[in-house]
Amino acid sequence: MSSSTTAPGGARSRPRAARRVGFGGGLSRWDLKLSPYLYISPFFILFAVVGLFPIAFTAVISFMEWDLVRGTGEFIGFEQYAYVLGQPKFWLALRNTFSIFLLSSVPQLIVAVFIASLLDKNIRAKTFWRMGVLVPYVMAPVAVALIFSNMFGDRYGIINTLIQTIGLEPIPWHSNAFFSHVAIATMVNFRWTGYNILILLAAMQAVSRDYYEAATVDGAGPIRQFFSITLPSLKPTLIFVIITSTIGGLQIFDEPRMYDRPGTGGPNSQWLTISLYLYNTGWGEWNFGRAAALAWILFIIILLIGVINLFVTRNLVRDEGGHRPPTRRERRIAARDRAAVSAAVAPSSNSQEVSR
Amino acid sequence: MNKSAFRKSAGTVALVSAAALVLAGCASDGGEAGSGNGKITLTVATFNDFGYTDALLKEYSDAHPNVTVVHNRAATSNDARANYFQKLGKSGLADIEAIEVDWLPEVMKYSDMLAPVPEKLHDRWLDWKVNAATDSDKNLIGYGTDIGPEAICYRGDLFAEAGLPTDRAEVTALLTGGWDKYFEVGNEYTTKTGKPFFDSAGGTYQGMINQVEAAYENPKTGDVTATENPDVRKIYDEVLAASKTQSAKLGQWSDDWNAGLADGAFATMLCPGWMLGVIEGNAKNVTGWDIANVFPGGGGNWGGSYLTVPAKGKNVEAAQELADWLTAPEQQIKAFSNSGNFPSQNEALTNATLLEATNEYFNNAPIGSIFSERAQAVTLSPFKGEKYFQINDAMQKALTRVEEGTQDADTSWKQWVSEVKAIK
Repeated sequence: MSSSTTAPGGARSRPRAARRVGFGGGLSRWDLKLSPYLYISPFFILFAVVGLFPIAFTAVISFMEWDLVRGTGEFIGFEQYAYVLGQPKFWLALRNTFSIFLLSSVPQLIVAVFIASLLDKNIRAKTFWRMGVLVPYVMAPVAVALIFSNMFGDRYGIINTLIQTIGLEPIPWHSNAFFSHVAIATMVNFRWTGYNILILLAAMQAVSRDYYEAATVDGAGPIRQFFSITLPSLKPTLIFVIITSTIGGLQIFDEPRMYDRPGTGGPNSQWLTISLYLYNTGWGEWNFGRAAALAWILFIIILLIGVINLFVTRNLVRDEGGHRPPTRRERRIAARDRAAVSAAVAPSSNSQEVSR
Repeated sequence: MNKSAFRKSAGTVALVSAAALVLAGCASDGGEAGSGNGKITLTVATFNDFGYTDALLKEYSDAHPNVTVVHNRAATSNDARANYFQKLGKSGLADIEAIEVDWLPEVMKYSDMLAPVPEKLHDRWLDWKVNAATDSDKNLIGYGTDIGPEAICYRGDLFAEAGLPTDRAEVTALLTGGWDKYFEVGNEYTTKTGKPFFDSAGGTYQGMINQVEAAYENPKTGDVTATENPDVRKIYDEVLAASKTQSAKLGQWSDDWNAGLADGAFATMLCPGWMLGVIEGNAKNVTGWDIANVFPGGGGNWGGSYLTVPAKGKNVEAAQELADWLTAPEQQIKAFSNSGNFPSQNEALTNATLLEATNEYFNNAPIGSIFSERAQAVTLSPFKGEKYFQINDAMQKALTRVEEGTQDADTSWKQWVSEVKAIK
């Protein structure tokens, strides 16, 4: 271990060794140089063992025809990736993943913002209501999925029974892809809305009450206050919530897995998601080479979405502190303004230097 | 030694001791089964309920004072399957591991890693039970425990409404024949009552395809022949033709299917021995369920298990001895009394305790003698190669697509063909 940690510092400190005065000098210098790295090393060692190694090993396996039991594999290059990308099932799974993600995240966030703003008001038994919204989050996802799958039963499910009593046609919750996504998104929403409410509520409480007082004095109603004060101050928090729900949404697994008994995504892959496909390939067919390739494809997709998110975030968030460096467009405008001003004062070639 | 040097050496000491702790933690799980004074501990891993009670296992340790038997039960066969394949090539499996026929083809791929069953025991079990677990080198790798011989379960009260006979013997006579006969009776029932006759195309198909010797793969070469096999297409067409009017279209094990068992959504279903508990559990308050000693197209088997002895275990010989004892007819009869698992041993099938067994819920049907006869009616063990379950799973989905009305039979068949072609 020590050899690897000394390596970076060692090369630079060696020429100076001649100037060493006493016995302690060298050691204390080592202490100075090494200790910080030693103190933070547990995290990196642990991460290398449980994080980096599996990721790298997955990459290795994804280029192989891997036999889990015998622990042997045959190198086959990009064949697994080509196979996965050539499967209609994969593209269906991708479609389903995004569809379920959108159906869950969008309504979830809208409802969460709305409920959070209600809880932010002066209501009786505040803590009770605030804790109440978190109850679904505490429930095990598998238990939630079991109960909901029962409710969404095509023939004897409680929801279709209700629908039929008011004289409507029963909804094909399983055979129709869209409705199966709605059902699964409902489970996700049930579980995660409360969590998002609490985060948004915390952000709302941080908004200075002075704004609202001032707005009330100016005659703004609650709706105007919500759109003009609450919502703009929520932006940074919203971005955080959107990113976390994106990552969670793209990895959705428990709910579709528990949606029917075989748990393989439906007879026509109606609600097969990428991570469910990955699980079926690995643990159903024992084809770990292909599952590893799928895992890497999923990893790259999430990475891509993450990068897109980052760009969107940069353009959306305008935090009030103003520590953000000005964008190129703003710099250009500012420069033009300055130039115009100085040109008006002293029209010379070094006008900009002067004005600064 | 100055301060920093002391700190450094202290750090080293801490690191070394931490490493020692980790190593000690790793070592501790290996030392247990050690053999001081010839005493050994044998672990048996099963799932669901094999009927191996503590009292039964105690009988063995009483007779063998040097052996302690530890029994671990996994909740489901799927948990056991995942555990089995993760550890088979490494270490950590129990001395005796139970496997289910559903994943037997996968186990057969690694038959060289299991200790074979001694030759002298081979005629203990029914032929087809032995054949299914014998590899190409003629090694039998599983000690047969239970089997799932199939009969027909029917709702006597619903049969009466349709003007069909309700008596067990009469229903047996009515349904004796091939599948065409079964569907003919179904047609009569459906025309009279307007209600479905069987639960799903998928469940019925399963019973039919299990009577085909080599449905999906060539037993000699392992090549996939499923899409060209005329038998498969014939069964597919036959079951879907009947499904149009006679099927309740409830996928097996779905919540709707569970509810349908109690609701009278269908009048008959294919019924291996272990299904009785499932029906009773889902339809406690229904009194009409009964069972007829008949199965269309001859005998059929659905499910069942084996015990295997991983060759890497520490006490392979002692484990083989215990597996031998556990799957002997006497013990399997006790297991049958404990949990209702139907034994696969020739001798057990004629055992008086078994033959006298009745089931109160199923109108006091003599289930012991019925299933004993159904077990003897099974004549072939269908070949199931490495890809069997993937192909069959795709087929089940194809049937479901048609039953759900999202595709017609031809489109669904074509999709199945392309899916099977993509399996590799």
